[in-house]
Amino acid sequence: MSVETASPTLAPAQAAPVDTRMASLRAIYIIWYRDILRYWRDRWRLVASLAQPLLFLLVFGSGLSSSLGGAFGRGTGISYIQFMYPGIIGMSILFSAIFGAMSIVWDREFGFLKEVLVAPIDRWAVAIGKALGGTTQAMIQGLMLLVLAPFVGVKLSPLTVLQLVPLAAVLAFGLASFGVAIASMMKSLQGFQVVMNFLMMPMFFLSGALFPLTNLPGWMTWLTRLDPASYGIDPIRRVVLSNSGLPNVNSLGLTINGQVLAIPMEAAIMFAFGAVLLSVAVVMFERRD
Amino acid sequence: MAETVIEAKSLVKKYGDLEAVAGIDLEVHAGEIFGFLGPNGAGKSTTISMLCTLLTPTSGVARVAGIDVVHDPAAVRQRIGLVFQDPSLDDQLTGRENLEFHAFVYSVPAQDRRRRIDEMLDLLQLSDRAASQVKTYSGGMKRRLEIARGMLHQPQILFLDEPTLGLDPQTRKSIWTHLNELRSAKGVTIFMTTHYMDEAEYCDRIAIIDRGKIVALGTPEELKGMVGGDVVTITSSKPDAAEREIKELLGVTPARDNGSLRMEVPDGKAFVPRLVRELQAPVDTVSLRRPSLDDVFLKLTGRVIRDEEVSARDRNRAMASRWMGRRR
Repeated sequence: MSVETASPTLAPAQAAPVDTRMASLRAIYIIWYRDILRYWRDRWRLVASLAQPLLFLLVFGSGLSSSLGGAFGRGTGISYIQFMYPGIIGMSILFSAIFGAMSIVWDREFGFLKEVLVAPIDRWAVAIGKALGGTTQAMIQGLMLLVLAPFVGVKLSPLTVLQLVPLAAVLAFGLASFGVAIASMMKSLQGFQVVMNFLMMPMFFLSGALFPLTNLPGWMTWLTRLDPASYGIDPIRRVVLSNSGLPNVNSLGLTINGQVLAIPMEAAIMFAFGAVLLSVAVVMFERRD
Repeated sequence: MAETVIEAKSLVKKYGDLEAVAGIDLEVHAGEIFGFLGPNGAGKSTTISMLCTLLTPTSGVARVAGIDVVHDPAAVRQRIGLVFQDPSLDDQLTGRENLEFHAFVYSVPAQDRRRRIDEMLDLLQLSDRAASQVKTYSGGMKRRLEIARGMLHQPQILFLDEPTLGLDPQTRKSIWTHLNELRSAKGVTIFMTTHYMDEAEYCDRIAIIDRGKIVALGTPEELKGMVGGDVVTITSSKPDAAEREIKELLGVTPARDNGSLRMEVPDGKAFVPRLVRELQAPVDTVSLRRPSLDDVFLKLTGRVIRDEEVSARDRNRAMASRWMGRRR
């Protein structure tokens, strides 16, 4: 009688097959959740990030408001500090969205990115998770500034807040995607200062956060219209001020060829910008070894 | 014989003209603790990176868990656990949160998540600190957490790249105790690199790698058997005279290492009295010991592995080459 010998088999695939689409959704969720967790845990950053907008409003805003007086606003009845207030909300969103998304660079520096990149998940899920994390943080940062409305003479209604949430979301999404795209190309923290000085600051100054984008010199009109943040900050301002009984804000708004853009159009431009840059980020991520 | 879980054939990795790994063949069996031993720059990390699908081999074949590392890296990654040489934890999160993150990205079923996390925290004795932020952990605790994390998705093989680097001897020992426990509790195969000779003793089998090639492979005992008998080392104020006399009178050719003379003899206890009696040259000190893996390495390569070889700079460079290898 022959003896049966168990032949050594090469290990079969033991792990249960994983639904890759579900796996990617889970990855997006947990990458987003980790960012939010870190955001809440870092209370000092939360406080510090409120300090800058406050400083702008109190010192810069109050100072210019009193020296300009009625000269500002060309008869719209809008004071400088009222004009600037939605811009500062926009600034807060701009900075926190880009910084939040660029935490990828920190993750790389401190090693955690390895844990993410070697996991059996799609790279695009990593980019999207990071962009959504930055978006959420920036929205919270921006909308938190709404508590200052009474101090600058702006009336808020629940309707205003309701309209602001999607507008803050597209602005945050566009800039967070921009942040992920930059981070995917950056290898070290050294480049950070460069990004800050040559991308974020010009973006902020040209966005119409601090002054109306009308009657500017020609070259500057061009640059402000090329700045994606302009299309995110203008609708926020129009909603906040016109709901506050200052409908003339539209005459200070963003125009293309002298035409005031519709708010949904501006939001669509902002969203499209975000979608394009997120695609860039995905391609960059997929390409990394 | 146990099934083969790692298989490499003529594995090569070149960076330009530099051959970091110059053709490696090996087989690792299920349930083994397999050590990859060698000095810094020998190709250990490059080899382990190829097996873990982090680097693409220049040529050759490697199958891990039965899957070709080039054809289906994602499937390989789902079946292996990784503990990197450099830290890769989020130290703002708690220990448990780090594990939860891992459970999500490795698709651990929702109903198993909590149970497996608790089990791993328990096995690695981290339960009482699971709710603390990782930045409050000691070096040894961080390592244990990384091991727990690597095991969370129940891999067939756990890869560890220099897991005890930079830890104190006591902590290193406890990491080994934990790895042994994991092996018996989970039946996982462990593949690790180290440049600590004493650690290699804990392995079931060791491959000694030097300049990108495996120069010896076997159990620690088999490897030590390659050194004939005992090792006798003497120091002398006149090493040249002593060396000549040992050759002429005792018929042994000693190896010079600075001022000391080192020889391998079949029976050390009988050899030492003869040596002292017959040598005219002054003998300052004599030592006699069983051969260690250091002796094996010295015999095979003519060099000594030194701990200080692994400097921080080398480590950074190793990491940089692993992560940006394709860009250079």
